[in-house]
This record gives sequence, C-alpha cells and structure tokens, in this order.
Amino acid sequence: MNVLQTILILTAAFLAVFGEATFPVLRYWLGAQVDLLPVLMVYAALNADLVTVSLLAVLGGLWFDALSANPLGVSVLPLYVMGFLIYLRRDLILREGSFAQLTLGTVACAVVPALSVLLMLTVGEQPLLGWSSIWQWIVMTAGGAAATPLVFALFNWCHHALGYQPRTETSFRPDREIRRGRL
Amino acid sequence: MFRKKQYLALGAVTLVALLILSLPPRATSRLKLAVGSWFLPLFGLANAAQQLPADLADSVLPRRELLQQIDRFRRENDQYKAQAVQNTAIARENNQLHSLLNWSQQAPWKLKLANVVLRDPANWWQTVQINLGSRDGIQVNQPVLTAEGLVGRVSAVGYARSQVVLIGDPKCRVSAIVENPAHDMGIISSGSPVGTSLVDLTYLSGTANLKPGQNVFTSGLGGVFPKGILLGQVVDSRPVEMGLYTEARVKLSVNLGALEQVGVILNPPLN
Repeated sequence: MNVLQTILILTAAFLAVFGEATFPVLRYWLGAQVDLLPVLMVYAALNADLVTVSLLAVLGGLWFDALSANPLGVSVLPLYVMGFLIYLRRDLILREGSFAQLTLGTVACAVVPALSVLLMLTVGEQPLLGWSSIWQWIVMTAGGAAATPLVFALFNWCHHALGYQPRTETSFRPDREIRRGRL
Repeated sequence: MFRKKQYLALGAVTLVALLILSLPPRATSRLKLAVGSWFLPLFGLANAAQQLPADLADSVLPRRELLQQIDRFRRENDQYKAQAVQNTAIARENNQLHSLLNWSQQAPWKLKLANVVLRDPANWWQTVQINLGSRDGIQVNQPVLTAEGLVGRVSAVGYARSQVVLIGDPKCRVSAIVENPAHDMGIISSGSPVGTSLVDLTYLSGTANLKPGQNVFTSGLGGVFPKGILLGQVVDSRPVEMGLYTEARVKLSVNLGALEQVGVILNPPLN
C-alpha cells in the first residue's frame, strides 16, 4: 500500500492544485480560494512515510507555484515545515476523531499561507496584501479545516478499497468442537 | 539513527527549495513553464467540462427561439456593417488630416483572441493564464483587453500559454488620464485583495477636481499600454499626504472575476 498511498497522495495534490486554478467558485463567492495542499500534508504526515511527505512538499509546492505568480519554490518550505513537525510528533497526535482532524487542518491551513507570505516578503516580493487579507486567511483556514475530515475519509475509503485487508479471525477452534453422537 | 534520517531529509528539502529560489530569473521562468506544462493534458478536460452544460442547454433550445436569435443577429450584423462603412470613411478622413498636419498615423491594433484557462490559485496575486503563447506571437508586456476595457498585460510567455497580470495586482501599474477638463493624470496601482472591481488611482495632483462617474483611460505613457483604452469610472476621491496629492478609487469597467475571453494586442501603438 505504501507506493500506492504515495501515488494517491501525489495525484490528489496534482488535481487539487489544478482544481484551485480552474474552478474559482469559492473565490467568486467568498473572495478567497481554499488551498488543499496543507490538508493533504496533514494526512501524509500522519499516515505516510517521510519520503511521501518530502515528495508532497516539493512536487505540490512546485505545482502550486508553477500555476501562480509566486516565485518558484516558495511554497515548498512552508508545506514541508508543517509536515515535518506533524511527522515528528505523529505518535502522540490524535488522528481518528473528526474533531482532532479538524483541529490539525485548522492549524496547518492557518500556518502554511502565513509562512508562504512571510517567505515571499523575505525574498523581496510584494504580494497583494491589505486588511481584507485577514478575511482571506480566515476563509482559507476555515475551508481547509472543514475539508480535512473529508480528505481523511476519502483516503480511508481508498485504503479500504485498494489495499490489502487484514484477515478476520474466526472464533471457531477445532479442538473445542463438540462432537455429538447419535444420542 | 531514525532521527538523523529525518533531519537529513529536512536538510535535503530545504536545500532543494533554496536552490530553486536562488535560480536566475530566466531559469526560474523556464522551469516554471516546464512544471506548469504538466497540467496541459488537463486543460482540454476542463474546457470540455465547462462547455458541457452550455452544449446541453443548446441541444434543448427550441427551434423557434434559434430562428429568432438568427434573425436578431442578422439585423445586428447589418447595423455593424453600416457602422463599419461609416468608420472606414472616418478613418480615411482622419488619416488625411493626420497627413496634412504631419502627425504620425496610428496603426490599427492586431488583436488575437484568447481563452482564460486558469486563475492564480494563490490569493495574493491577480493573474490569469491564457491559451496563447510564443507560437502565436505573444510577447511579454503586450496589453490585454476586452470590449469593456483594459484587463492587464502579459507577464510571462510559454510555448502554448501565457500569464497575464491583471490591473489591481502590484506588478501591473498603469498610467491613467481622467476624462475631465483638466485631464488629470495618475497611476492605477493595486486594489483590494478580495474585490477585483475597485483599484486606487494615485499620484493625482493636489488640485485635481475629480467627480464620481468620470471616465478613466490609459494615458499612453509608460511604454506598455496604448492611449485611450477605458479603465473605469471614478467612484470617489480624497486628498492624501496633507493635500500634497489626491487619491481616487476607480471602479474597473471589466469584471476581472469573470473573465472568459480576452484579446491581446500584438502590435501596441505606443506614443
């Protein structure tokens, strides 16, 4: 499942970036587009290996920057920092409950865009920022947080559908079988 | 040992990111276009998906309505033909007057129509991508417009697609002139990150007398945009920097949030 999981996560990231650039419905109605890469990073950091986390950060970040006016590579580090921190503590982090997933999604979707903008200002870019950027940040955070449990559910469903399932043990034991005679 | 591996991965990814960030602009631009071209196969799919509802609607349109539409278009076409004859006569007269006064004549624009295929996924830029590239003669800094007014300029060119930076983005500044008796001039600078319809017109003189509803056009200065393209209308104005200069808000005539088809001027006539 490991390779398949990596392929699934990267495919989802590719489609997510393309979807964000092609269907700006949320931007039209709410003034901001929700970024799903941090959500995928949360899932990858909790369920996949470090190679997948690194690939998602590098490829996802490059895909995002290639379709945007961002300097190429600026989205890689924020994504990776988030994924790496979650990966380091993943044994201690709750991941099953929807509320835990929502909280992780909130943190990731709030931190990653903020770090990206910070990095962009550091490299001398002048992104379009203003008071309404706070609204955009809230929309991105809330939208990403709401999408996190859905992404987890989708990947769990894929995992069940495509991966090997553990064999269920039956309660039948031959040494405990009661053999009945004619009487 | 396990931790060491993790920090090695962190170091490797950081190094890759910093290397890409420190590439020269030309190499970055090429790499960006190369990475972006991975999405080319999906463009066709997206276009087909967007076209599908319209095709379905067309297929169930009653014949009577189609005939009415054809009739209406025919009448409109006749009107436009008549207008075109008149415009040709006016252009000829204009050219004669230009030659009499020894003024340089303005060449007609060579417009190339393009479809908007992508919007910037990042919320802090106002850019779109169009389905024309260097193979179609597109070059950096060519003006982009619609029938309603100016849209922006080409900022990066690939083989089959180009990036257009829209008015309101910090990377697209336009020298503008207000249609009033004083012909006040200013610079259209960035707008709001959320709304795409309002932009700031800055560096107007302190004595500028702007009124809501006055039209704002490109001034032709700056070497990118030709003169006389409509930008929008003045909404309000206020003195800034202790009255040193005036700032106004301009409502753009083009709805940048719903761009579908735009035109690129291949031979911008500059002053």
